[in-house]
Amino acid sequence: MSKIVVKNVFKIFGARPEAALNMIQQGQSKDQVLAATGCVVGVNDLSLAIEPGEIFVIMGLSGSGKSTLVRHFNRLIDPTSGEILVDGEDILQYDREALRDFRRRKISMVFQSFGLLPHKSVLDNVAYGLKVRGESKAHCAERALHWIDTVGLKGYEKSYPHQLSGGMRQRVGLARALAADTDIILMDEAFSALDPLIRAEMQDQLLELQQALHKTIVFITHDLDEAVRIGNRIAILKDGQLIQVGTPKEILYQPADEYVDRFVQRRVATV
Amino acid sequence: MFPERFTFSIADWVNTWVDELVTNYGDVFRHISDTLLWAIINLEGLLRGTPWWLMLAIVAAIAWHATRRALPTLMIVGLLFLVGAVGLWDKLMQTLALMLIATLISVIIGIPLGILSARSNRLRTVLMPLLDIMQTMPSFVYLIPVLMLFGLGKVPAIFATVIYAMPPLIRLTDLGIRQVDGEVMEAVNAFGANRLQQLFGVQLPLALPSIMAGINQTTMMALSMVVIASMIGARGLGEDVLIGIQTLNVGRGLEAGLAIVILAVVIDRITQAYGRARHQASQ
Repeated sequence: MSKIVVKNVFKIFGARPEAALNMIQQGQSKDQVLAATGCVVGVNDLSLAIEPGEIFVIMGLSGSGKSTLVRHFNRLIDPTSGEILVDGEDILQYDREALRDFRRRKISMVFQSFGLLPHKSVLDNVAYGLKVRGESKAHCAERALHWIDTVGLKGYEKSYPHQLSGGMRQRVGLARALAADTDIILMDEAFSALDPLIRAEMQDQLLELQQALHKTIVFITHDLDEAVRIGNRIAILKDGQLIQVGTPKEILYQPADEYVDRFVQRRVATV
Repeated sequence: MFPERFTFSIADWVNTWVDELVTNYGDVFRHISDTLLWAIINLEGLLRGTPWWLMLAIVAAIAWHATRRALPTLMIVGLLFLVGAVGLWDKLMQTLALMLIATLISVIIGIPLGILSARSNRLRTVLMPLLDIMQTMPSFVYLIPVLMLFGLGKVPAIFATVIYAMPPLIRLTDLGIRQVDGEVMEAVNAFGANRLQQLFGVQLPLALPSIMAGINQTTMMALSMVVIASMIGARGLGEDVLIGIQTLNVGRGLEAGLAIVILAVVIDRITQAYGRARHQASQ
């Protein structure tokens, strides 16, 4: 069974989502909808399935709706229409309580600009997910220390986020997501804010961790190199629509259309 | 001349309303008034009963805890000593009691209102013009009905002070919470924190510098009300200013005025230091 299934999801931002939804379902373009209703189409009739234990990369340029899409998986954003199943359960039916529980135990997230709590130490930041769901203090500390050690931040437990470099902050973000010990980890441009060397290092670390952990990782990026390097499968988004899904090989050698091809060509050119 | 046929007056209507309020709910207001009076009399008694040296020591301890520096602490204690030296210690304590109660009420009402207003844009649009009115309406206008409801003395003085001094606290609490980084809130949400965990674990701690600035503003504005408070029968430093005006005793008025300024400076430095200390840790 697929871990995450997305079925015909639309997301419309603006004051008149129904009108915009009607237009887009009748096949009008994003720009036409914007002109007529003032609504922005974030995700347009998107369906995909993510398998357990894979690193699924969602790629696209900025504005392609990839960050919007990933926020549907833990319902930081609710779709205008469509279905989202996680482990076969329709998460859109969850009430507030069930949603909270789902976020606490099943899915965690790493953010582009880290989203760390500035007033808490590294230790407390990493333990946050555990603390929120009411684990004992000793357990929180033990797990947090373990993951801080794993991501290579031993000795920084008592530091505050502002005392760390960007790469170290994102290690804290990663450790926080790992410490929550959820099946699914969402990574929203997690390494995009880091410089190239640190970035490669973090990618390696992620792959290494994944070998041992077999999490389902949904990784958002705008960088094809990164996507090819870490992805088991890659989905390419444009204007909120899914253009192609496939293994890195398929993307590189059988690009579905000119848009994907341009990505690939640029990569070839730089290599 | 403005044409007669376009004019109207709400005065009669308001008068009837206030009259009815006094007749029908007089007992309720009397009860609130008595409770408040009990609180302030006890606090005043406590402050005035505390020996001056112990009081100075307590202030010194608070100032040290807030600033962690010797010079400001010494300055604060020295300035308060000066107020005592010109014979205004007792009145200083009365004013302090009034101000503390007014600030406490402002905090109890203001911070929750600020939190709610940060949550709801609708509440905010209603609240903000109200706060403008509270701050700009000349205090004598609402002193009249407050006097009718609560009688002369400390209680109406506290009410007038709260109305005038609370708005900045509400505004700054609202601002502080709204300014918490969106991605931090998103992260907290993504890990399934409930509303209370979000509020007490993240929003309030991160908004604390702003809230402290609000409390600071509230205390300052409360102090600027002490002369008006004395006009309706509250004792304290304002009283001396008033007597100074009435008897053309410039010197006496100035002494009391300076004492108010000193109290303001002391409280300002202490509250600011608390706001700053947290801020540095959080950056």
